Order: sequence, then structure tokens, then C-alpha cells
Amino acid sequence: MSTTIEQNKGFGATLWDYLTTVDHKKIAVLYLIGGGFFFILGGLEAMAIRIQLIKPANDFVSAGFYNEILTMHGTTMIFLAAMPLIFALMNAVIPLQIGARDVAFPFLNSLGFWLFLFGGILLNASWFLGGAPDAGWTAYAPLSTTSPGHGVDFYVLGLQISGAGTLIAGINFLVTIINMRAPGMTYMRMPLFTWTTFVVSALILFAFPALTVGLFLLMFDRLFGSGFFDASMGGNSVIWEHLFWIFGHPEVYILILPAFGIFSEVLPTFSKKRLFGYTAMVFATVLIGFLGFMVWAHHMFTVGLGPAANSIFAIATMAIAVPTGIKIFNWLFTMWGGSIRINTAMLWALGFIPSFTIGGMTGVMVAAAPADYQYHDSYFIVAHFHYVIVGGVVFGIFAGLHYWWPKMFGKILDETLGKITFWTFFTGFHLTFFIQHFLGLMGMPRRYWTYGADQGLELGNVISTVGAFLMAIGAIVFLYNVIITTIKGDKVSGDPWDGRTLEWSIPNPTPHYNFTQIPLVRGLDPLWIEKTEGRKGMTPAEPIGDIHMPNPSILPFVMSLGLFIAGFGAIYQIDNPIWLVVLIIGMGITFGAMFIRSVKDDHGHHIHKEDLDKGAGL
Amino acid sequence: MSQEHTLNPEVMPDEPEKATLEGKNKFLGFWFFLGGETVLFASLFGTYLALRGSTMGDNTPENLFGLELVFIMTMLLLTSSLTSVYAMYHMKNNDFPKMQLWLGITVVLGLAFLGCEIYEFYHYVHEYEFTFSSSAFGSAFYTLVGFHGGHVAFGLLWIITLMVRNAKRGLSLYNAPKFYVASLYWHFIDVVWVFIFTVVYLMGKVG
Repeated sequence: MSTTIEQNKGFGATLWDYLTTVDHKKIAVLYLIGGGFFFILGGLEAMAIRIQLIKPANDFVSAGFYNEILTMHGTTMIFLAAMPLIFALMNAVIPLQIGARDVAFPFLNSLGFWLFLFGGILLNASWFLGGAPDAGWTAYAPLSTTSPGHGVDFYVLGLQISGAGTLIAGINFLVTIINMRAPGMTYMRMPLFTWTTFVVSALILFAFPALTVGLFLLMFDRLFGSGFFDASMGGNSVIWEHLFWIFGHPEVYILILPAFGIFSEVLPTFSKKRLFGYTAMVFATVLIGFLGFMVWAHHMFTVGLGPAANSIFAIATMAIAVPTGIKIFNWLFTMWGGSIRINTAMLWALGFIPSFTIGGMTGVMVAAAPADYQYHDSYFIVAHFHYVIVGGVVFGIFAGLHYWWPKMFGKILDETLGKITFWTFFTGFHLTFFIQHFLGLMGMPRRYWTYGADQGLELGNVISTVGAFLMAIGAIVFLYNVIITTIKGDKVSGDPWDGRTLEWSIPNPTPHYNFTQIPLVRGLDPLWIEKTEGRKGMTPAEPIGDIHMPNPSILPFVMSLGLFIAGFGAIYQIDNPIWLVVLIIGMGITFGAMFIRSVKDDHGHHIHKEDLDKGAGL
Repeated sequence: MSQEHTLNPEVMPDEPEKATLEGKNKFLGFWFFLGGETVLFASLFGTYLALRGSTMGDNTPENLFGLELVFIMTMLLLTSSLTSVYAMYHMKNNDFPKMQLWLGITVVLGLAFLGCEIYEFYHYVHEYEFTFSSSAFGSAFYTLVGFHGGHVAFGLLWIITLMVRNAKRGLSLYNAPKFYVASLYWHFIDVVWVFIFTVVYLMGKVG
């Protein structure tokens, strides 16, 4: 039984620490760095798109390269930026919010991160190896099955690997939230961010396997001679669309529900009021998650499924506006009569409500199947989904980062810089995307690399590009803020916002084991209850004792590396069968690491109670 | 506090697979995993049903499939599911040798099933020239049944690894959840096969 007492470590030791860590707080930092990196990459791709479209018949990039940038912008932002950034916040906060010392499967938590990272690197390696995927982020067959080169192969293998990581993370959070809650933390006392994470994890569990199968079939068609989507062999390309959207529609709720959860934490804290309609908020979250599986074919209204199918999916889609509307009103009523503090986190929450409502309103418009024939594949759709994903998810991530930064890093992000970020990004966002509704209605199709001078689309596109630059400035100011705060920021207390939920009862910095004693939860907003009764912190549910913690391991890294290597083998074996050796070596590394994990006992270690006073595990 | 002692109590609890927090987590997490696997196979079944008419020639389900072999395979796998239940029964009674015996029988039956499946695929490829690339039906058939076969192979390797690893040290609260989830996995494979038998073979012959 070893005791962990951290010392000042060199770079090598720190690197090794992060490569092998199973601590949810460190994995959160890894997700933040990884997701942040890909967010910058996806942002640069977005800027290239907007520069290309600033004037008619522009030749900033070639048509083929434009297809690659466009595909990679969507794929990167959804799979490699938005999801990991959300996982960063979940990992940082969920165990603290439910009063747990770690997640249910710390080893798998680490595996999930490394699979995501290696999948993302494999996907982006395509830039240097003959061209990126160019069939759109939806990769519709037969465009994707006939796309020349290896771009789409990198898409298939990269997403397959990172998707496996996401599935693992989903199962981990489900079990963590069910099994690891502190005494008294009943389901109906869980903070809303925990609730949304719970529902989202269930969505991940039931949605991602459909993508797994879709990607397998696409891989078989492209690399192993099958004919799922090849009409000349009797295949049917609509199968891809169904599988993709059976995953893809729940995916948008996987992205937005955690953002809803973040706003439901930020608004009560800075209104000094409990969340209005907590029960209705939980109910609405579950209902949105449930309905999210019933609406995938609204992406396929123009495929020709027939009026009956279109009507059912249109009505199911519109039904989602009801629970979403319940949420919007509850957020407004939370602020009603509250003692409101407006800081950067709160600004993002306030900016979110009207922005997301516009996106929801156009959502009901495109849900009307007959009208969708007009909107389909136009910039109206581009405007709609950027309003919900940027105005919802990205605003939510910014709010969450500002809100939980002191919990994750012990310092408050600079408020002045934060407000500059908000106002430039918020203005830029509406400038970029509001006009795109009208560009779409004027007939500008999405995904085209250019437009003609005589089509009257120039002014709108100029405005849109100017807005994109403002968003970029906002993002750069945020990065500067992170750097300046890390260097100069002052260390704050464990509860800088006068918080209501369990994570704010922990001192700063958060100990390795989170809670010296597991707290006793006596109601919703447990810390606030203790504060109103005059206590400084939580009442412990157990005496001080030895703390059991999991051991670090390099195996998750090795397993992911094996699949990364195998990915190259699978892609290039179609050119030369000798690459099958690489495929086998890669799979051998992965299965070998799994075998070692299986046969080597791992009981974890104990931190002795005598050592807790000496600062063990801080 | 000794780890060895807490994981090797004098008397085994009623449900050794759920006696520790790690065991409870593993048990629940594995059920969720099987939920995801259900969606995976549902997607494959949906694809197969959409493409089973796309035969592009005479290699139709009706001409290819022989129910005799498939019936034997079904019996082998159903029986192996029963023997793995016996193994878990003996695990709960803390009778390690009998558990190993019944797991061994399960592995033998699983290997026999896998052998039949390999013979079946070999037969289709060499007697009928019916391959993965013959038609969309061929692709869908080999993918669905092959994914199941892959699961069987993985399950066999898993159970064998567990048996060999723990052969000398017997049952403990550390490895009981491992045996238990492996048997859950084996049942899941069996349930999927019941659907394959019905949807692919029976409906292929008479549907």
C-alpha cells in the first residue's frame, strides 16, 4: 500500500503523470487542452471558409480544397472540439457535484480520452497524407463511397476510434451517477448539470453504436469490397443516411443538453435563488432526451420517404419545442426577483437565452416538412444549426469555463477580458449567422465553394465574414485571458461565487481524493442549505478514515496507440497488402494491452488517515 | 487493512459479483454496455432486412441456407448458455472446481459452434461462390453473422483467459464480478443468435 505525496516534479515526471493519470480532474484538463486545440483548428477552417466567400468568384482556395476545409470544419467542431470540451467540464465537475472521490471506472475514463485524442490525430493526419475527407461531415453515400484518395478512409477510421472513446465515457458517467452518489444525494436532489450529463450519457450509449455500424459499413464498402451503398450490387445509399441520423440527431442533444445544465447552474448561483421549477427542468431534460431519438428523419424530408413518414417526424420534431420552451421560461423565472450579479459567466447565460430561442424558432420552421423543401441544403439551414450549436453549446462552454475555472485551476479568469470576449464574440456571432438566414432564403446553397457576382449575395457574405473575424478576435482574447490569468491571477477561496452545490464546499486546490470525508446531503443545493443554517461547510457522513484510490496506468495510452497504428494499416492495405502487417501489429498492441489489463490484478491503493493531515494527495 | 483479506472472506456473500463497489460498478456498467451492443446489432439487423432481397442472382437465402446445420448450431449455443448458468450457480455456492468444469463445457460448446460457422462460410464461398462482394445481400449476411461470430470468438478468448488466470487461486470478491460479466456477455451472444436464427435463416427459408 503506497502513499501518494506529490513533490515538485520535472517536466518528464509531469508528462508521465498526465500520460498515466486516472484522476478525473487531470483527465478534465487533458480534455480541455485536446478539445481546445481542435477548436482552434476548426476555427481556422471556418475562417478560411468565410474568407473564400467574402466576394463572388473568389479563388482564395480551390474548389476541391474548399470541400476538404468544409468537411473538416464540421467534423472537427462536432466530434473533436464541442464534445471533448463538454467532457472536460463533466470530468471536472460531476464527481464533485455528487460527492464522489472519483468516477466509477477511472481506467476507462483515461482510455476514453486517449481514444478521442488518437482518433482526432488520425483524422487530421489526412491533411499531410494526400488530402482530407471531402464528402461533408455527413459523408453521404455514394459521394463518400466514390470519393477518390484516402480522405474519407481517414474520416471513417478516425471517427471510429474517437467514437469508441465517447461510448466508453458515456457508460462511465452513467454508472458514476447511479452508483457513486454521496449519502442523501437522491436523484431529485442532483444538480441540473449532473442530470443533463446523466441523460446525455444515456443518449451516447444508445446513439453511438448506430454510427459505429454506419462507419463499419462505409469502411467495408470503401476498403473491403462490400456493396451496402453500391446500387450496382443491389445496395441502398439511404441506409447510410438513416444510420448516420439515428446517431446524428441524438448527437445534437448530446451537445446541447450539457449546455442547458451549465446555464441551470450559472443562473441560480448569480441570481441567488434556487432554480425555478427544478422538477419541471428534470422532466423536460428527460423528455428532450427521449424525443431526441424519434426525429432523425427530419434531416431526410427531401429523400422521398413519403408524406406519412414526413408528417410523423415533423410532428415529433415540433413536440420538442414544448420541453425546450419550459426550460427557457424556467431560466427567466429563476432570475425573476433574484439578486442578480452580472459577470462573464452570467453574460454568456444571458446572451444564450435570446440567441438559442432564435435557433429554436427556425428549428420549428424547418420542422414543417413542406416548407423544408425550400430551406433544405440552403444557408437557412447553416444559420439555424449555428444558432443552436454556437448560440447554445459554445456559449454554454464559455459560461461553464468561466464559472468552473476557479474550481479547475484555482483562479478566476479576468473579468474585463472576459467581458471583451463576450461582447466581441456575441456581436460577431449574430453578424455572421443572422444574415445567413436571408442568404439562404435568397437561394444560396450550402457547401458551394463560390457564388456569382450577379446573384445579389455579396453584401450578405461580406457582413457574415466581418462577423466571423469578430468571433475570432473574441476567441483570441479568451486565449490571452487564459494565459494572463495563469501567470498573474490570484488564488481564490474554494467558494468564490458563494455557490450552492457540493463542488463549492471543497477547498482550493481540490485534494487528489476530492473529499476528506464524504458529505451528507440534506436537500437540493446542499451547500446552500448548510449556509442558511449558519454552518460553514458540509456535515460529514463518515468519520475520517483511509481513502481508497485507483492506481495510474499507461495501458489506456498503449491501447489507443495500437488502434491508431492499426488505422493506418486498414487504410493503406487497399494499395498494398503488406500494410495488413501494420494492421495486425496495431491490433496486437491493443489486444496485448487488454490482455495485460485482464490478467494483472489492480487493487488500487490507500491513503492512510494519518497522512491526510500531512497533506497527502494535495 | 489488508486487501487480501477483504477480498477473500471466510464465507462468500450471497451475490459475490456485487459484494464490492468495484463489482457493483462492473455489473451495472456491463449491463449498459450490452444496451449499446443491442443498438449495434439492431442496426445490423435493420441493414440486413433492407438488403436481403438484393441477391443479384441465384444465391438467394432460400437456395443457400440449410436448416440442419443451423439447427445444430442453435442447439450448441443454447446449451452453452445453460452450462454457463450452471457455472454461475456454482460460483454462488463458492464451488470453484465445478464452476471451472461447467465453464470448460461452455467453451467446448462455443468452439463447436464456431467450427460449424467457419464450415458454413467456407461451404458458401467454395460451393456457391457466395462471398462478401457477391451482392449487397452477401455483404449484409456476412457482416451480420460475422459480427456475431466475432463476438463468440472474443467471448471464448475472454472466458479461457479468466479460467487460466484464476485456475490456481480460486474465487475471490475480486474475480467473481469478472466471471459474472463474462457469463452475461455469453448470454447476450446467445440471445442475438436466437434473432439471427429467426430473421436470417427461418425467414430466409420460409419468409
